[in-house]
Amino acid sequence: MTRHIVARTSEIPPGGNKVVDVDGRDVVVFHVNGEFFALLNRCPHAGAPLDKAACVARLTSPEPGVYQRSRVGELLRCGWHGWEFDMRNGQSWFDPKRVKVRTYPVVIEDGETLAKGPYVAETFPVHIEDSYVIIET
Amino acid sequence: MSDVIDRPLSGQEAPAKSRLRIIDCDIHPSIHAHSDLNPFLPKRWQEHLKTYGSHLRTPYIGTTPYPRSSPLIARRDAWPPTGGVPGSDLAFMQKQHLDPFDVEFGILQVLDLFIFSQQNLDFGAAIQRAVNDWQLAFWAHRDPRLKASILVGQDDTQLAIAEIDRCAKTGEYIQINVSPRANEPLGRHRYWPIYARAQELGLPLGIHVGGYGGHAPTGGGWPSYYAEEHQSNAHTMAAMLTSLVIEGVPEQFPKLKIVFIEGGFGWIPSTMWRMDQHFEKFRSEVPHLKRRPSEYVKEHFWFTTQPIDEPDEAKHLRSLIEWVGVDRLLFSSDYPHWDFDDPRYAFKTPLTEIERRKIFNSNARGVYKL
Repeated sequence: MTRHIVARTSEIPPGGNKVVDVDGRDVVVFHVNGEFFALLNRCPHAGAPLDKAACVARLTSPEPGVYQRSRVGELLRCGWHGWEFDMRNGQSWFDPKRVKVRTYPVVIEDGETLAKGPYVAETFPVHIEDSYVIIET
Repeated sequence: MSDVIDRPLSGQEAPAKSRLRIIDCDIHPSIHAHSDLNPFLPKRWQEHLKTYGSHLRTPYIGTTPYPRSSPLIARRDAWPPTGGVPGSDLAFMQKQHLDPFDVEFGILQVLDLFIFSQQNLDFGAAIQRAVNDWQLAFWAHRDPRLKASILVGQDDTQLAIAEIDRCAKTGEYIQINVSPRANEPLGRHRYWPIYARAQELGLPLGIHVGGYGGHAPTGGGWPSYYAEEHQSNAHTMAAMLTSLVIEGVPEQFPKLKIVFIEGGFGWIPSTMWRMDQHFEKFRSEVPHLKRRPSEYVKEHFWFTTQPIDEPDEAKHLRSLIEWVGVDRLLFSSDYPHWDFDDPRYAFKTPLTEIERRKIFNSNARGVYKL
């Protein structure tokens, strides 16, 4: 397993995202409700970039006129054909058995821990006073 | 020549096999602001547009009848960073679409102001002139890859012919566009003068889905949902293909080429089979037809590919392509609309190099004489 330091946490505001290059792959990191999620930046349906997707909520309705929103911001709605994916596991809402976006584990670590090792940032400058988004591949 | 054609290949790019450039038969440019049309629109009609606005042959005013999938039916990533609506900024269109996909030619399809469907036919004629001029000034003259079509509302046939003649003199337009939803089915004799002129000028007739002809969009009435109404694009195209063939348009105009745009192509095989089957039984009702309907389709009609069908099994798409005929298909992306087809991924079934060349380039080159 390789760990890639890809961003300072402060770089990605809540509700925002950042596209990073991980071993030649475009990976998009979202920041939602205090958590970070990393997915391959390519919709498995038709190739659209997912950093342009809408971050939406799960909407359910037990009866006409009543609706509930849950998991606000954690579902992706692709910017082209509107396919929806769960940010946590990349699963498609429309065709969950066959279609999935590749996801990557994300951890957040502070600069002090990183400076101690055993992980070394290759090109990303690390300051001990910051915290960092790390993608594992 | 476009700058892309002139661009020298660097050593790294030296191709093992020649790269396939794309002819995209459906690109939607948009008007940035109605005032962009002013240089081409007489004062009287500028005032009309400001005072009375645009009124289409549909019961809904100031909106589309159904909530579309996304604002202005556009891809979320197609809003230009400089402001304005998707498709309104040439530089952004070049950067996002024409350059990365190496589009050799892009054929413009203007839907703004729905000139085909205006209630006021004189206003419709004025804005069709303006839009036709605007296509050259704002698009084709600024990027020679982009090709303009002569848009004409066919319900005032005389005005349509006058506009076709005015534009054709420039030699810059590559097709004549009419609506699939006119007041009457497209095969009716009242529209034949347009077909006669198209044949005379050697310009293909382009028919892009959509529009309002004053009727419900389906033969069964008004749909309830966008997902339901969207299907009616294909129904309308099937009805118009049938009307044109059975009423004798290709028989009467043997050199006329007709391109159906954005209707997809999954419905074509069964429409041809059914027409042929009925022709065998009822040919005495339509003695003006000398050949089987499918023969007219396979000689006179071309179909753009988007929105491509996505059957669960790729081999079924393969069968569809074979049934329609690989020579009849012209690639189209529908940029910048939400149901855009990406040329790299849209065909989820293997195509041979020859088939790719035909669908993505040489078929369109032949039809439009590019």
